[in-house]
Amino acid sequence: MPTGNDPGDPGSPWDRDYRTLQYNLLKGGFSRYKNKLPGGYPGGRFLFLFLSLFLLGISLWSAVYTIPSDSVAVVQRFGKYLKEVPPGLHFKMPLGIDQSTIVPVKRQLKQEFGFITPGANDPYQSPAAADRERETQMVTGDLNAALVEWVVQYRIADPVKFLFEVRQPSETLRSVSESVMREVVGDRTVDEVITIGRQEIEYEALTKMQALSSKYAMGISIDQVQLKNINPPKPVQASFNEVNQAQQEKEKLINEARRDYNKVIPLALGEKDQRIREADGYRLKRVNEAQGDVARFNALLAEYVKAPAVTERRIYIETMQEVLPGIRSKIIIDPQSPNILPWLDLNASQGDKP
Amino acid sequence: MKQIISGGIVFFLLLLTATLHSALYTVGEVEQVIITQFGKPVGEPVTEAGLKLKLPFIQEVNSIDKRVLEWDGDPSDMPTKDKLYISVDLFARWRITDPLQYFLRLRDERSAQSRLDDILGSETRNAVAKHELIEIIRTTKDRDPQRDDLLTDAERALKMGALVPIQKGRMLVEQEIFTAAADKVQVFGIELLDIRFKRINYNASVRPKIYDRMISERRQIAERFLSEGNGEAARIRGNRLRDLNKIQSEAYREVEEIKGLADAKATEIYAQAYNQSPQAVSLYEFTRTMQSYRTIISDNTTLLLSTDSDLFKFLKGVDRGKIPQTGESQPD
Repeated sequence: MPTGNDPGDPGSPWDRDYRTLQYNLLKGGFSRYKNKLPGGYPGGRFLFLFLSLFLLGISLWSAVYTIPSDSVAVVQRFGKYLKEVPPGLHFKMPLGIDQSTIVPVKRQLKQEFGFITPGANDPYQSPAAADRERETQMVTGDLNAALVEWVVQYRIADPVKFLFEVRQPSETLRSVSESVMREVVGDRTVDEVITIGRQEIEYEALTKMQALSSKYAMGISIDQVQLKNINPPKPVQASFNEVNQAQQEKEKLINEARRDYNKVIPLALGEKDQRIREADGYRLKRVNEAQGDVARFNALLAEYVKAPAVTERRIYIETMQEVLPGIRSKIIIDPQSPNILPWLDLNASQGDKP
Repeated sequence: MKQIISGGIVFFLLLLTATLHSALYTVGEVEQVIITQFGKPVGEPVTEAGLKLKLPFIQEVNSIDKRVLEWDGDPSDMPTKDKLYISVDLFARWRITDPLQYFLRLRDERSAQSRLDDILGSETRNAVAKHELIEIIRTTKDRDPQRDDLLTDAERALKMGALVPIQKGRMLVEQEIFTAAADKVQVFGIELLDIRFKRINYNASVRPKIYDRMISERRQIAERFLSEGNGEAARIRGNRLRDLNKIQSEAYREVEEIKGLADAKATEIYAQAYNQSPQAVSLYEFTRTMQSYRTIISDNTTLLLSTDSDLFKFLKGVDRGKIPQTGESQPD
């Protein structure tokens, strides 16, 4: 069957029907022939009728087919393309005259490169296990190496082209996808591939794949190209991590220095304000005190001017009266009586100090 | 007799079925057919799909694919012009355009694939050996790569994050292989549609060197980050000391200025008051002296006082110290 490789593979079950049919035909013919020879007429006629009905049933059964809602069927009559059939229950000519191939045109299909999602029905969805590693390895435009994983989302847009134009369109799509991805990555530096240029790569790969798939007339429309993990090769990964760590370390060092700065400077600013305010307080105090002193002095002066001598005397005596009681040793001498000093025991009076 | 007739009918029917089965054949949309008679091709190849007729029993149907076919080469190691061993994996698409020629020269697809292996394999080797590796890696001649903002000018000068320049590019090399091979496969009734590099990789023996280069390049960047971090931190610490000294000295200056102004103001106020008249001067001198006595004289001061002093002059008699004016001030 030429369509044996295609998804939805209706060829083989149909094939099986066809073979049993042939077998039954043969057997039917043979038994008919055999029955006629010994002359068992009535029993033979009954068997003949039964077999004919049986054959009719098989033919009808093989003429009915259903198409799931996400697919269309391409019908060929004697191998020639006849029509495209929408989903639902349909009839066709039995006995291999018509054959229908179901193509899932509405299903979103995908192909994975460099990784394998287990449990896929489509054999072209994931790479062969042996190929997985090789698929990812790429050389970048600065002659470095990178490991790239990606996914291509596609649909079968034109079932006729998909079936008749290219043999193994899914396989071709895999090759196209790998080739284009390497072309795009080959035009970029390792930094672009691994970090900064991902979106651009996706976009450019998509555009180029679309161009190629329409040039190749595969009947496939590519919807999306998504990059998955992009890594440097294993032995180099550690040094890429070192760069990340160094970047973090740099941030850390700067932040620590900033922390020290912030610990000291706002405090110093506050202290500056404090000292200035204190100085301002000192200023107010000095001025106010001076003004107070002066006010008191002026008031005193006004009275003093009226009687200077007696005021002076009064203040003097008042002061003495206040000061003298606090003094423990007072000696009052008459300047006319001489030699009084030798009597004084100055040391003793100092020793009396409590 | 009846039995013989019906047996004959059955035999005839069987013969007819077998003949029809052998004379009728279908051609699918994806194939073209060459009819051979005793192994020799007869007539034109059948390229239209549908139900067809041939001579029964003596003619045979040889089906040949009409679709675009794929050739997927095995990866093979080869040196480039710059003596780098790389593993190259190619794929090509081809079509049988002259089925008769194809049938005569190759018979089946397996031999076609092996011819393609030979021809494309050797043309690839030729083309790869004539070009440096970068020529088959890159495509766009003057593409300006996006660069990481983190790269410094010095590193840019060292060509870090730059693409290796090319003369031709991948497309042209592919084109060279294609033109060379397309002519050679034509004789087999095959049309080569295009070829593309699928995978190009460093050979296992080259890889460690490439990895070492990548590692040293990364280390260089990592070291720069560290020293940048330390440098920036030192700058911030310097700023800290500078700002701290600036703030503290400014505070000192302002404080001293304010205090100086305050002292000046106070002095001005005092001077104005105390210097307003000779009497004020003498009053200030007197009161201030008196005030200072209160603090200067403490309890352990020994005071020798004379009875001549103003305070004690009355100890020797009232008349002695009597002042002509008033007698109001007395001790106690």
